[in-house]
Parts: sequence; C-alpha cells; structure tokens
Amino acid sequence: MDMKATKKKLGMKERYRILTRDLGWEPGYQSREAVFPYVRYEGIKVHDWDKWEDPFRLTMDAYWKYQAEKERKFYAIIDAHAQNNGHLNLTDARYLSALKIFLQAISPGEYAAHKGFARIGREFPGVGTQVACQMQAIDEIRHAQTQIHAMSNYNRYYDGFHAFADARDRIWYTSVARSFFDDAMAAGPFEFMIAIGFSFEYVLTNLLFVPFMSGAAYNGDMATVTFGFSAQSDEARHMTLGLECIKFMLEQDPDNLPIVQGWIDKWFWRGFRVLGLVSTMMDYMLPKRVMSWREAWEIYGVENGGALFRDLARYGIRPPKGWDDAEKAIDHMSHQIMLGLYQWSFGTCFHSWIPSDDDMAWLAKKYPDTFDKYYRPRWEHIKKLDAAGTPYKNFGLAKLCQCCQLPAVFTEPDDPTLNCHRETVYKGEKYQFCSDGCKDIFENEPEKYIQAWLPMPALFQELNGDIGAWMDWVGLKDGVDNGDYDGSRDQKHFTEWRGQATSNL
Amino acid sequence: MPVVSLKEYVGVPRDLVLNFNGKQLVYVSWDNHLLFAAPFLLCLPPETRFGELVDGPLAALVQPDPDAAAIDWTQVEWLKSNEPWTPDFSRSLADNGIGHKDQLRFRTPGLDTLRDAA
Repeated sequence: MDMKATKKKLGMKERYRILTRDLGWEPGYQSREAVFPYVRYEGIKVHDWDKWEDPFRLTMDAYWKYQAEKERKFYAIIDAHAQNNGHLNLTDARYLSALKIFLQAISPGEYAAHKGFARIGREFPGVGTQVACQMQAIDEIRHAQTQIHAMSNYNRYYDGFHAFADARDRIWYTSVARSFFDDAMAAGPFEFMIAIGFSFEYVLTNLLFVPFMSGAAYNGDMATVTFGFSAQSDEARHMTLGLECIKFMLEQDPDNLPIVQGWIDKWFWRGFRVLGLVSTMMDYMLPKRVMSWREAWEIYGVENGGALFRDLARYGIRPPKGWDDAEKAIDHMSHQIMLGLYQWSFGTCFHSWIPSDDDMAWLAKKYPDTFDKYYRPRWEHIKKLDAAGTPYKNFGLAKLCQCCQLPAVFTEPDDPTLNCHRETVYKGEKYQFCSDGCKDIFENEPEKYIQAWLPMPALFQELNGDIGAWMDWVGLKDGVDNGDYDGSRDQKHFTEWRGQATSNL
Repeated sequence: MPVVSLKEYVGVPRDLVLNFNGKQLVYVSWDNHLLFAAPFLLCLPPETRFGELVDGPLAALVQPDPDAAAIDWTQVEWLKSNEPWTPDFSRSLADNGIGHKDQLRFRTPGLDTLRDAA
C-alpha cells in the first residue's frame, strides 16, 4: 500500500527566495545591456544589484491576500456611507472644494504613478527592485480607483466632480500636478524613483495626507477617511522603497552623489510647488481646520525633513537647494494662491469664497507676521467690491510658469509686496518663471521644458481665446461648477437636504 | 546639458509665435499691486499701438484696484525684461521692441493703497 506523503510546506525564507530572487535569470541570447537599456544613460553607476534589499520581504501571494482583505472592508464602508446619506454629515459643503481639487489634481497622479512604476519595474534589472516596483504599481492604480470610488458618491449630489479626468488634462490649476508627473514619467528610472519614491512619497506625503485625510476626519467625510486608512499601510512600504533607492545609489558609487543631489534639489522644488495647492486647501478650504499650513510645515517639513537630511548627511547629501526660499514662502503661499483662485473662479471646477470675519481672525492668529499686514487689506477691498454689487473678477488671464505651470502668483523671497519675475532666453525664445527654483530646473534641461503645454497660452493657440469654447472643452458648466460658493447650487442643496435630515421643515 | 537622454534629442517649443494666429503674447504687471494675483497675459497683434494696449485691455483690467483712477500714464515708470525702458505710445508693439512672451512691468510711485498695512 502506498503511503501518501505529506508535502513539506515551504519555510518563509525559502518561499521568499522562490517567489522573488528565483524569478530572475541570466539572459542567454541577449546581453543584459540590451534587455535593460535604460539603466545607464542617467549616469548612475551600479556594481551590485543584489544589494538592493526589499525591506518588506513581501511575496506576491501574501500581497494579494492582504489587499483583497482591505478592499472588502473599504467597499463595505463606502456602501454604508452611500446608503446612509453620509454626505450630509459634512461640516459644510465648502469642504467639497478641497475634495474636488484633490480628485482633479491628485488622484490622477496616483494613476500616473502606477504607470511609472509599471515601467520602471521593467527597466530596473534587480529582482528585489522589480517585485517592489510591481507591488507599488498595483498599489497606485488601486489608490486611484478607491479615491475615485470614494468620491463618486459626492458626484451624485454636487457639482464639479463630473469631469475630473478632463480637468486633470486641460484645466489650469491642475497642471502643476500634471506637469509634476509628466516630468517624472519622462525621466529615466532612477530619477523617477527620486521624484515619486523619495520626494513625493517620503518628503512630501505627510504634508499631503494631513490636510486630506485628517481634514476629512475633522469635517465628517467618512468616505475619504476610509480610503486614507486603506492606503496608509501601502504608504509605509512606498516610503521605505524610496529611501532604500536613495541609499542604494549613494552606497554603490561615489560618482552618484552629485546626480542624486541634483535630483533632490529639483524634485523638492517641484513637489513644493504642488504643495502650494495643498496649503490653500488647509488654510482656506476646510471649514473645520486641522492645523495651519505653517504648523504642518513646522512638524513635517522642518522637524521630519530636517531629521531625514541630517541622516543623509553621512552620504554627503545636503538639504535641497530651494529650502531657504521655501521657508520664506511658507507664510505667504496659501494666501497668494487663494487670492488667485478667488479672482479666477470663473475658470475653476470648484467654488471659492471671501473668507469670513472668523476665518480672517483665525488666519491672523496663525500668520501673525503676514496676514493682517499683506493679505487682509486685499480681502477687505474684495469684500467692499462684493458689497457694492461689483464682485471682483480678474478677467486678465495669468502668466504661467514654464516649469511648474502655476500662475506666477509668488513674490520675491525677500519682498512680499513684489511679484517674482524671472525669465530666460533659450534658442532665441523667451521663457517666464515664477521663481529661481523653477528657472534653475528649466535651465538644466531646456529641451524638455520648452515642450510644456501651458493651458493659458494654449487657449489662444487652439481656441483663439474663446472662454466659452474653453469651458466646454474642459467640462466646466458655467454658472454651476464655477464661481463663488455663496449663491451656488452646492450651497443651496446642502442647506436644503441637511435641513430635511435634521428638522421638520 | 540641454536634456539627459539616451541619444541626441531635440525638443519642439510649444509656444512659438507662429502658433498664435498672427498675434503674440505680452505679459504686463503693476508693481506692488497684488490685488492682481499674477501678471496679465495679453494676446495681441504685433501691430497694436502701445497706447492701444494701455488704454484698452490694460486700463480695463486694472480698474478693480483703488489706485487705478489715479494713474497718470504719462508719469508711469516702465520696465521691460526687468530693465528700465521707455515706450513710445504712438508706435506698435513690434516697433517698441516688445517680443513674443516679453514681460512688461510698470511702477506708480506714491500709489500703494493695498500694498501693505504699514
């Protein structure tokens, strides 16, 4: 009689080896260089790919199990949120402007990150790296999906959500995030890792999550909080991958240091410009605020970022070049951007508003050196124009920065009363910038940035300046999606529906 | 280095003047008047007289500022590409040497109602 032999289960270590390292093989009929053509042109020297450790030692089967479990929980809560009119638990429908900007500008970035990681997972030779990039690619597409699903419930009731994908590609305030990701995706695999894995995931992610996830919790948005929890365990993995990559490059060869430093300088500044939108969400758009942008910067920028760069100093890395200019901008940027969003609100797929007296008192307290001195006089004047029945609209379209693509709203680092003007000439063409940081990035690789598709010049090239045609093209319904919150359909509906839910009227 | 690339790579500029249907871009900003969040982007034929630019779109756009009515355009100080410069109001943008995507700035010393709360 044959005995049925029980198959021995694989040990953890063996299992990891078989499901990761064992997947790599030496090519037989092609050279390694031909199989991985993109890992040398950026100038990064690698001597031993096996030194790139995957710190999580996660195998693909375990990954699927984990993520499936999270997905089940996520959709259970999203369903409950939809069925119980979760949208009426918001502190105020003004909060939705922050969500709309997030959906139009940031969620598509998750999808772009997915595409990028899928690409570099193929371009990097090391197996540990390939597996880690594959997982991150799947994470990122899942984040894009879950964000869109979490917010889709609001689209049933409120304006401005419906055309987020067109807004991402075509509208002007989203182009800061779009150009960030386009720039990263048009770079080589190592630079992509610094741009997304390090700058975005490691240095900036907290500053993005605090206003968005904590902001959601503070303002009663259960759908978004749930997404945040679901994504958080992935973020830890992403941050570690980014940091691993930096250390790997720096340990492999001393010649890598200046290249890596250049990328840190560039991507810190590009990320800082994306955070401009975020600072505005924090200081102006959350009805119940978590903390000011300044306070968030102190904790996550100065303290955490400072500790990180002290840690990297042993490799010869110094803090990013734009750090001091960033510090000088902290008390100004959210005000400068909000003033812009308000005066150009005829061209935004979300609502903005004049801050109330309470809001201004809060801003004055949080920005004691700048708000009352520079920004209150402008808001008070705008309030006066509004009261006189001539609400302020700036129908002059804005000069955009050739690099970050934001309207050039920023001031001289040492003079907050003067707009910062920077320009350069390349091959006989003139190019305009919002800052030294953006000008430096352009001048380092002009052939790349001269191709930038800038939304406002494009309006004149492609549509001859016809604003109505432009609104159709970007999916903006005039008088519905745009303009002041006061008097908007969102305001009317929220008040009505909440009234029905909480009273007998 | 013009671009880090695998092989020779030449980009095509998106915003060449040829693409603007016979017009050009001009950026104009009023120093220390940040009620206007960013420099204005104007798209005009190069034959436009400088005086037309000022009396037409520019004068209209600066209206919301409380100093607007007090501007004496004959006394305004101009900068082009951040250098002091004197325009000829009766001549065209082209004759004034205002190129595509040039930045003009103007200053009105003494007018600074909204500059800051001193």
